[in-house]
Amino acid sequence: MRPERITITPQCRPCLPRHVRLRFDDLRGTPIVLAPEKVLWPDEISAAILRLCDGTSSVAEIAAELARTYAAPVEEIETDILAFLQDWSDRLLINVNTDHRVSKARS
Amino acid sequence: MTVQPPLGMLVELTHRCPLQCGYCSNPLDLMKADRELATSQWQTAFVEAADLGVRQVHLSGGEPTLRRDLEALVSCLSDHGVYTNLITAAVTLTRDRIATLREAGLEHIQVSFQGARRETTELVGRYRGAHEKKRAVAAWAREAGLPLTINAPIHRLNIGEVPNFVALALELDAERLEIANVQYYGWAYLNRAHLLPDYDSVMRQVDYVERVREDLVGRLNIDFVTPDYYADYPKPCMGGWAADAFVLTPDGMMLPCHAAQTIAGLDFDRVTERPLREIWEISDSFNRFRDTEWMPEPCRSCARKDVDFGGCRCQAFAITGDAAATDPSCIHSPLHGALRQMPEPGEIRHRAITRAVEKI
Ligand code: SF4
Ligand code: SF4
Repeated sequence: MRPERITITPQCRPCLPRHVRLRFDDLRGTPIVLAPEKVLWPDEISAAILRLCDGTSSVAEIAAELARTYAAPVEEIETDILAFLQDWSDRLLINVNTDHRVSKARS
Repeated sequence: MTVQPPLGMLVELTHRCPLQCGYCSNPLDLMKADRELATSQWQTAFVEAADLGVRQVHLSGGEPTLRRDLEALVSCLSDHGVYTNLITAAVTLTRDRIATLREAGLEHIQVSFQGARRETTELVGRYRGAHEKKRAVAAWAREAGLPLTINAPIHRLNIGEVPNFVALALELDAERLEIANVQYYGWAYLNRAHLLPDYDSVMRQVDYVERVREDLVGRLNIDFVTPDYYADYPKPCMGGWAADAFVLTPDGMMLPCHAAQTIAGLDFDRVTERPLREIWEISDSFNRFRDTEWMPEPCRSCARKDVDFGGCRCQAFAITGDAAATDPSCIHSPLHGALRQMPEPGEIRHRAITRAVEKI
């Protein structure tokens, strides 16, 4: 349980909790996410976002990187990523690097 | 028909359990330890399952921690890329064992609470000190870094404690709470006159859970298994017969659903006697109710047939005597009304296997 709901902002540094596993399913030829009593099938773009959630890159940085990869406008990509990560965070599938959140909140 | 590979499996490692819940999902005819598969037999089956496509396992029972080889089984599964969930009543666990299971690759633990209050937990499970023990196990699991689910099987004796279960889950730092209304097959069917809550309590519970679940979004995941006795439509049992998951019993029988052996006239296979892939893909019992071709009316021409797959085959058989019939929990079933006719309540039947207790 979390003491409070997390709001994902461009400054957040998201990561997958240790028990949320992103893999590639060779048999089915698709990315797969395994979590407590749950299996999810992220599409190619969602999987690309998740792979960049390493706890050190911020959402803004992830958006910039994906904007380059997919040659798409960064604002649009960032909006999509924020919505996607908010949804995953609400299902406790994404954490944010809290140290960072605290220091940002103070500054 | 094209058969998709299975994604999940529920493994009932043993029927032994120190608790005696009157709604246990094990069959009425509980088997003793001498019929359980050996470590190497389980491992062979697990490797075959992973090769076939299984990616998640629910290690259950009875009480799975009574198997002394649980660590070896967890590590075999984890080595083959299978995500392991342990489903336990927890009274047999120690702090050290949780740590070794974690090292073996266990990803998640689900601890059942028979009540949110000490007295209820003891009354329902018939085990003294169970509540405190469960609380301690929950704390050790969190200390070991394991994500925790609190499983709350709901029936008449504890339906009033649903808000307390939410408080308990928050207090124990769970990430998931499963409010699972008891399914009335097997033991629960036998005891249904004692266990089935009344309509008003069920509706109050549904309102409450929907509200609190919304309030706790992003803090606690609440999964709600609704009570289908009072619903208009059945639940999509197992996501459809032999659609993407199967069950293994302690003696290695492979089933499309944990109660499938209650259906007379279906023959099942053991994974020790036939390749697991063959059972999944071509066995008669798995193909009998796969997809929608087998459906009679009213399901056959119903728009919901790909939503609920005609409901539960075992419930259909238990109530109508015909496993292919429309699940009586559906409003279109001619027997929908009969579903709520209760027998006279007698003594509650607590599950027991004679030798279970000395084994702990
Ligand atoms: S339902 Fe109760 S008796 Fe049955 S296995 Fe679970 S804890 Fe044991
Ligand atoms: S008639 Fe059959 S398919 Fe239609 S809702 Fe009822 S159980 Fe489901």
